[in-house]
Amino acid sequence: MKMMVNEMKVRLTAQSENEGTARSVVSVFAASLNPTIEQLADLRCAVSEAVTNCIVHAYRGESDRSRCYIYISVRLYDNGEISVEVADKGCGIPDIEAARRPLFTTDPDSERCGMGFAVMESFTDSLKVKSKVGQGTTVLMKKSFRR
Amino acid sequence: MCAQQNASLNFTFRSDTLLVSISGEIDHHSARGIREKIDEKMFSLRPRLLILDLGEVNFMDSSGLGLILGRLSCAEEMNCALRLSNVTDAVMKILNFAGADRLRGLTVEKKKEQTLCK
Repeated sequence: MKMMVNEMKVRLTAQSENEGTARSVVSVFAASLNPTIEQLADLRCAVSEAVTNCIVHAYRGESDRSRCYIYISVRLYDNGEISVEVADKGCGIPDIEAARRPLFTTDPDSERCGMGFAVMESFTDSLKVKSKVGQGTTVLMKKSFRR
Repeated sequence: MCAQQNASLNFTFRSDTLLVSISGEIDHHSARGIREKIDEKMFSLRPRLLILDLGEVNFMDSSGLGLILGRLSCAEEMNCALRLSNVTDAVMKILNFAGADRLRGLTVEKKKEQTLCK
């Protein structure tokens, strides 16, 4: 049985300047698990993709971003595993399977390449996506830092 | 400038070649500004070769991929080739992921020496 050794919850407003903050704060917190530089870079990238999705897609059309939040929960386990949950209360995803497919994007005009979920999936060990239209989306990523 | 999410650009134009050195982080937040600045130079200078030097890019996610693929199609329309130079391992990982290392009209040169810690 793995035991949780540390936990962090962060709430950020859904504005693009917080993308850097989100990935930095998660990687600083994760550092106590002693990951390699590459493992940490992968995590930063995966978190960045998840948070960007909230900002670009979940709260699309919301002009008052001061009331749109991204909820990030990070847990560290004694077996060297980290779990990162990124949740929003935005528009939700009608078809998760389609959204997870590489190159799928609902926003091709602004040079979104549709690789967000594919990067999250490939740069972590597991990715779960739960979503309800009109209520929001939760992305759960797990990654082991064991060498 | 807040160090954590900004990127800065440096332009050099010589013999039909536009060299853009990018430093900092390329994400959704910074990509738009980078795109606008590069496109502005592209349209006014009309180079035959666009080189993006990514040697000082310390973070890039799929928004950076979108930026590069977007510049590739923009350059193609202007009959201009695109070269990425000094690509680090981390950036290469994202590029390979989308098969960007095998795209027509795009050459990718890896960074030669990598310092572990800066």
